[in-house]
Amino acid sequence: MDLRLSALNYVTSIKNGDFTVEEFIEKTLERIKDVDEKVHAFLQVSDTALENANKIDRRIKSNDKIGKFYGMPISVKDNMCVEGTITTCASKVLENFIAPYTGTAVSRLEFDDAIIIGKTNLDEFAMGLSTEFSAYGPSRNPWNTDFVPGGSSGGSAVSVSANECIASLGSDTGGSIRNPASFCSVVGLKPTYGLVSRYGLISYANSIEQIGPMTRTVEDSAFLLNSISGVDSNDNTTVEKSHHDYLQNIDAGISGKTIGIVSEMTNSDGVSTEVMNATNNSIKTFEKLGANCEEMSLGSVPYAVAAYYTITSTEAGSNLARYDNIRYGYDFDSEGFEFNSYISKARKKLGPEVTRRMILGGFVPSAGYAGKYFLKALKVKSKLTAEINNAFKKFDFLISPTVPIQPFKFGEKIEDPVSFMLIDFNTVTANLTGKPAISVPYENSNGLPIGIQIMANSFEENKLFQAAYALEKTVDLPEVPL
Amino acid sequence: MVKIGLEIHCQLTKLKSKLFCSCKADYREFEPNMNICPICSGIPGSLPLLNQNAVEKATTIAMALNCEIPEKIAFFRKNYFYPDLPKNFQITQLNAYGDTSIGSRGKISINNKEIRIRRIQLEEDPGRLIYEGATERTKITLVDYNRAGTPLVEIVTEPDFENPGEVRIFLNVLSDLLENLGVSDPGLEGAMRADANVSIEGGVKVEIKNIGSFHDLEKAVHFEITRQQSLHERKIEIIQETRHWDDRRKITVSSRSKEEEGEYRYFLESDIPWVNIRSDTKDQLKTTMPENISSKKERYISKYNIAPQVADILASDKYYSELFEKSHSENDAKDIANLITTDLMGLVDTREKRDSSKLLATHLSELVDAIAKKRITRTSAKDILQDMIKTGNSLSVILEKSDLNQISNHDELSKIISDVLLNEENAANEARLKPETINFLVGKVMQKTKGKADPIITLEILKEKLGI
Repeated sequence: MDLRLSALNYVTSIKNGDFTVEEFIEKTLERIKDVDEKVHAFLQVSDTALENANKIDRRIKSNDKIGKFYGMPISVKDNMCVEGTITTCASKVLENFIAPYTGTAVSRLEFDDAIIIGKTNLDEFAMGLSTEFSAYGPSRNPWNTDFVPGGSSGGSAVSVSANECIASLGSDTGGSIRNPASFCSVVGLKPTYGLVSRYGLISYANSIEQIGPMTRTVEDSAFLLNSISGVDSNDNTTVEKSHHDYLQNIDAGISGKTIGIVSEMTNSDGVSTEVMNATNNSIKTFEKLGANCEEMSLGSVPYAVAAYYTITSTEAGSNLARYDNIRYGYDFDSEGFEFNSYISKARKKLGPEVTRRMILGGFVPSAGYAGKYFLKALKVKSKLTAEINNAFKKFDFLISPTVPIQPFKFGEKIEDPVSFMLIDFNTVTANLTGKPAISVPYENSNGLPIGIQIMANSFEENKLFQAAYALEKTVDLPEVPL
Repeated sequence: MVKIGLEIHCQLTKLKSKLFCSCKADYREFEPNMNICPICSGIPGSLPLLNQNAVEKATTIAMALNCEIPEKIAFFRKNYFYPDLPKNFQITQLNAYGDTSIGSRGKISINNKEIRIRRIQLEEDPGRLIYEGATERTKITLVDYNRAGTPLVEIVTEPDFENPGEVRIFLNVLSDLLENLGVSDPGLEGAMRADANVSIEGGVKVEIKNIGSFHDLEKAVHFEITRQQSLHERKIEIIQETRHWDDRRKITVSSRSKEEEGEYRYFLESDIPWVNIRSDTKDQLKTTMPENISSKKERYISKYNIAPQVADILASDKYYSELFEKSHSENDAKDIANLITTDLMGLVDTREKRDSSKLLATHLSELVDAIAKKRITRTSAKDILQDMIKTGNSLSVILEKSDLNQISNHDELSKIISDVLLNEENAANEARLKPETINFLVGKVMQKTKGKADPIITLEILKEKLGI
């Protein structure tokens, strides 16, 4: 039994009776036991998975109707509520928070008979891109455990890459799905804003973030999106989807399509030589596949990172304000309690990155400064959106490297917050403009992965999958050395 | 010149559910924290789900106050820390970036004076802090989130009031209007609250908060004017500040804490998409809107010839006008109106009495009819009303049980009157000399018959027997 199955192949094997769900789950749990000490993908592993697997096996035997995932083990980033489980956001503030309900994306997976195998590690409250800001210790890159796995959905990427599960749900506010997907050589999709319900996703910057699949293949990404997408009465920002089966015509190819190479993201000083080479190779591949590639410009991209941090800090300052230790939290000495010092006491367990953004979030939208910072950031956002909408009149897709650099070593960047932030340079545009974007594993250089990012217009995930699928079919990547 | 402006918070108590979740808008019946869900208690991962009925009710209020209503409305977050606020931000509305609140620039008339409405916004109520049980030694504050998320409209006026009397009249008019619209029950505890800002000629604006009732609001405004005027006379500078109404001492005191200073970091609440206020929705709301108080009053006067002061009472009180509308016919309208304003009013003057009353509209028409047909006297009508309110019994049941049928049988009355005259010889003699004193004897007859004697026949027989 090979744990490195794609989701679609897993379903075929179960249907063929090659193995039972229980056998696969048992083997998966063994694998987690073996490798998770080294990579630390999970904050929590399910203790009901085997029992649930057994139930599904019995239903298969009695020819009951089975949901399309057939008991497949899927992991979930630990910023999504799953009823009865501790949901920490990798923060000490929520170390005892037991979610009283299950969010929509997860409950849709469960409805389709997926088994939630565990909750994965992240940067505290999804703020970061290396998992180094997890309050429970970082995850490690399975390709080389001296290197970061990317983030913030690092645990999710690692769990798929290290064969600890078949697929995972991550969340993406500024690249948090695509960055670790690129660093760990998995497929990561940030859907169009509004396509996947955020009900149950613990908000960080609610105006731009989305839940999305992290998978081994592009088809698996479409397969998961089929289940989790669409309008939800628990999230007023969701919309009815226009495509009901993203797998349909996924192999249609991209012959005759036009692709814009975003020059600000591809030819900037921040792009490493290895990443630059890989990107150039991918452009040649796209042309071989019959697409017309052309360099183009999105003029506001150089301002996108600054706008992104201004907007996300503002929203984080508001979304995280509820962690005031009144409804849930931890005991602290109320001796000398005084109204104005209360909040600083209540927040002392927040980590450095969250603290930094809370301070920033208290400042940039405040009276007297909003005009200089927050409102200006909103202007960049709407200008960038106008630019990209205009670009999609001409281009079917926009491409760039997902991340300007390859995975870095632990501690290498953490001391310099600004250079850290610039790693988001290529990913934040899709969030600020609401567009769908996917990272596809493309090369492996010096034993570390490189991903290519493809963006499409809103709600054109079906086209996006076609391009990603076509690219994926041209690559032959090594097996993870773990 | 004194300038007073008001900020009135009115809960939309007639709605079934809260503003962003399906918990009950009527939180008053619940044990603490038993009317909450992940949304209104701010559990991580929950999202606000806008109650469309609340938007409709708020639109109706904006129309009734003659406001301009934008094509699209938006919601904003007002960020501040307070333990009664589950998310530590309140979802409200703001007009800072164009008109996105439900209503702007309205007006309403009181006593021939126009009061301008600056803005109406739809927002959520916070929870409540309870200090019960706290002592000097154990300083405990309890939090109850049952109220959190209750739909509110905030109505902000321009500083158009010149004295506390105008404020009082306005609040009465507004509270009648909101009740008449069927959006709120202003009589419920905490359903309507108001803050005031007060300034005197050449002075600065002082805000007064924490005013428990409209009655206290008038007092607080009065106190604040006096305070500012006396500072001014003594040439002491008036500071622009927020003051709290001290309910116990009946004075305003400066709120020193920083918590009141307005750094709210307002920004758009993107979890709630912009809402289109369609013109056909507005048209439909307009046609289903209840008749307004002044046109109701006008109709009562012109159609039924009801006295203006009676019509005013009927029209401004939703409870009375509904009773009237349901019970009257073309012919008895005036009698029913009088019955309500003279006999019924004292019996159902509080919310509790109205809630427990079993009176039906048909009771009133039965009563008026029986009085007209002389089956009962006007005097016993009040007793019967009391019985109806208590038991809900129809007139015939009550009459059967308690023998309140009017005595109009000539022979029977004649016998009773003869007895009375025998016992009241002095009064009878006096009445022969001074006929205007005959009412004393009528009273005695009524006493003897427990009010059941027909007063007109009684008078006739008395006159006959006394030879006057």
